[in-house]
Amino acid sequence: MGAPLLQVRGLTTRFRTERGEVTAVDQVSFEADEGETVAIVGESGSGKSVTALSLLRLIPTPPGRIESGEVLFEGRNLLDLDDAGIRAIRGDKIAMIFQEPMSSLNPALTIGMQVAEPVRVHRGSPWREALERARELLERARIPDAGSRLTAYPHQFSGGMRQRVMIAMALACKPRLIIADEPTTALDVTVQAQILDLLKELTVESRSALILITHDLGVVARYADRVIVMYGGRVVETAPARRLYAHPSHPYTRGLLASVPRVDGDASVPLVPIEGQPPDLSALPPGCAFAPRCRWASERCRSERPELLPVADRHLKACFADELD
Amino acid sequence: MNSTESTRAAAGADDTLLSVENLSVHFPVTSGVVMRKQVGSVKAVDGVSFTLARGETLGLVGESGCGKSTTGLAVIRMLQPTGGRIVFEGEDIAGHDANRMRRLRRRMQMVYQDPYGSLNPRMRVRDIVGEPLVIHGLDTDRDAYRARVAALLAMVGLLPDMAERYPHEFSGGQRQRIGIARALALEPSLIVCDEPVSALDVSIQAQVVNLFVELQKRMGLSYIFIAHDLAVVRHVSDRIAVMYLGRIVEIATRDDLYRNPLHPYTQALMSAVPVADPEVEARRVRMVVTGEVPSALNPPSGCRFHPRCPHATDVCKRVDPVLAGQGGVRAVACHLHPAERG
Repeated sequence: MGAPLLQVRGLTTRFRTERGEVTAVDQVSFEADEGETVAIVGESGSGKSVTALSLLRLIPTPPGRIESGEVLFEGRNLLDLDDAGIRAIRGDKIAMIFQEPMSSLNPALTIGMQVAEPVRVHRGSPWREALERARELLERARIPDAGSRLTAYPHQFSGGMRQRVMIAMALACKPRLIIADEPTTALDVTVQAQILDLLKELTVESRSALILITHDLGVVARYADRVIVMYGGRVVETAPARRLYAHPSHPYTRGLLASVPRVDGDASVPLVPIEGQPPDLSALPPGCAFAPRCRWASERCRSERPELLPVADRHLKACFADELD
Repeated sequence: MNSTESTRAAAGADDTLLSVENLSVHFPVTSGVVMRKQVGSVKAVDGVSFTLARGETLGLVGESGCGKSTTGLAVIRMLQPTGGRIVFEGEDIAGHDANRMRRLRRRMQMVYQDPYGSLNPRMRVRDIVGEPLVIHGLDTDRDAYRARVAALLAMVGLLPDMAERYPHEFSGGQRQRIGIARALALEPSLIVCDEPVSALDVSIQAQVVNLFVELQKRMGLSYIFIAHDLAVVRHVSDRIAVMYLGRIVEIATRDDLYRNPLHPYTQALMSAVPVADPEVEARRVRMVVTGEVPSALNPPSGCRFHPRCPHATDVCKRVDPVLAGQGGVRAVACHLHPAERG
C-alpha cells in the first residue's frame, strides 16, 4: 500500500483570547491508516479536541485560526480546499461524532430526516430513497424497530439511542475516516461499552479509519491500535497501543498510567497522582510544558523544547531524559 | 469471611455511626395544570438498608437513575424521606424538623460533584471555607477564625494566602479541595461525597482520591462515597453497595466484590469498565448487557434487572428477589444466589 489515508504534518492552531494569543495545537503530526483506530488521549486543555476540529476546519474563526501545517487526506491537503471543497468532504468521506448527542441533533427535525440528510446532500438521492437508506443505517446501528422510529424526534430517544443515531448519520455516506470526539463521555458505563463496541465493529467492517478522542486510558486500551498522547497542545508520545502500555517512555504517560484507578489487580496499592496542576496554555513555560510537574526535569527541559524523536519502531517521544528509573 | 469484620458491621455494634433501614424516597408525578393530581410516583429510592461504621467508607455505585445521589441526600436530610429509619449517632433523624436538623448539620456534611457550580463565584475562598463557622456562630474571635481557615486550607493542600482569592482563579482540582475544606470546617463525623472526582482530569483525580483517604485516616471520618465509576470507588471504599433502579442489588466488602461479583448487574458493570492495559483487555471475558436502564416511573416486574439480564429465568420476571445474606457482611438480591442456609 502507498501513503496512509490521513497524514497530519505540523498542524498548529491558535486562538486569540482575552489573555493573549494561545497555541492550542502546536506542531502536531500523526498518521492514520485505513481500518486502524488511532486514539488521541489527553486531559482537558491538551489540545486533543482542537486537533480533531482542525482536521475538518471546524475551528470558529475568529477567534481561532489554523496557522500552519498540512492535513493530507487521500493525497489532498484539506487546508488548501475552498469552503465548497471542504463541505463536500465533511459528512461524506470524513464524518464526525460529537460528545453531546442531544446538542448535535436538531430537536425540531425527525430522526429520519436527520439521518437521511447527508445522503441527500452528498448523493443527491430523492427523499424516499434517502429515508430508506436511513432506515438501513438505523438498523445497522442496532436501533430496534428502526422503520417506525424514523418519524420520532430526538427527545423521544435515550442518550444511548441518540448516540446510535449519530453513528448512523456518520456512516450514511460510507466515510473513509470517522472522527469521534469523546463519543461516550455523557453516557452510563454499560451503554458506553455498547456504543464503543458498535463503533469499533462497524469501522473494522467497512475498513474505515477511526480517530478516537478520549481522556479515558481504559477506553484506549480496549479499542485503539495506535495512541497519541497530548499535553499542553503538543504530542508528547506516540506508539502502537500495546507498546505504549508496556513501555511508556514519556514521564507524563507514565504518570497518567500510574494515576488511573482500575477494577483489576491489587486494590491496596495507592494511586500515584501527578503532582501539580495542568498547564495554563496562555502561560506555557519556554521549555517542555510538563517540566514543572516532572521529577526527571533538568535545566535543559526548562529552557528548550524537546522534539518528537523515535525510541523504537513506530514509537516516538518528546523528552530529553534517556532512561526513567 | 473475616469474623471481626462481620461483627464490626453487625447493626448495633458500638462503632456504628449510621444505620439506614428500609429507606424510601418517592417523588410524586402530577398531571394537569389547574387541577393538579398525582398520577403516579417515581420510587427513586425504594427500600434501601445499610450501616456505616465510624472511620469507614461505603461506596454507593450505579448508573444514572439508580438512586445513589437521592440516597445520599436523604441520609443527611437534604431530602425528606418517604419512609424508613435513619439512625445517626444513635438518634433516628428521619422525622426531624429543620430546627432539630440544624444542630446535627455540624456532624454531617456534603462534597459535591461540580467544582464550578458549588462555589459562589463572588465570595473569597476565606468566606467560602469559613461560612459554616459563621452560620454556626463559631467566628466570634476574628484571629482564631482566620487561623482556623488557614489550617483548613493547609489540611487540603492549599496555601494560606489563597484565602484572599476568588474561585475562578483556581483549577478544577483546587476548587474541589476548597469544597472539601468547607465540608471539614465543622469537624463532621460523616461526609457524603457525591461524585466528587468525576469532573476532574485523571492526574488530578488521583490527587483528590488520595486526599480523601488521608483525611479519613487523620480525622476518623466516615464517608458515603457516591460514584458511577467502579474503578474509583475501589480505591476509597471499605465496602461497596451496588444500586439499580432504587434498590441495593449487592453489598460486599471491597475485595469480595471485585474478586467475585455475584449479581449479574455487578458483573456487567465491572466488565463495562475498561482496564488501562491492552493485554488484559484482550484476554478479558466480558459480560455485555443489552439495552439501557428502564424508567423508574414504570420499573419492570419481578427483578428490576431481568429485562437486561442474560441469566433471567421465569421466576425473575415474577418474583422480586430480596437482598439476602451470603454469609458475613455480604448480601445479594438475585434468584441465582439464594441465601445461605443455617
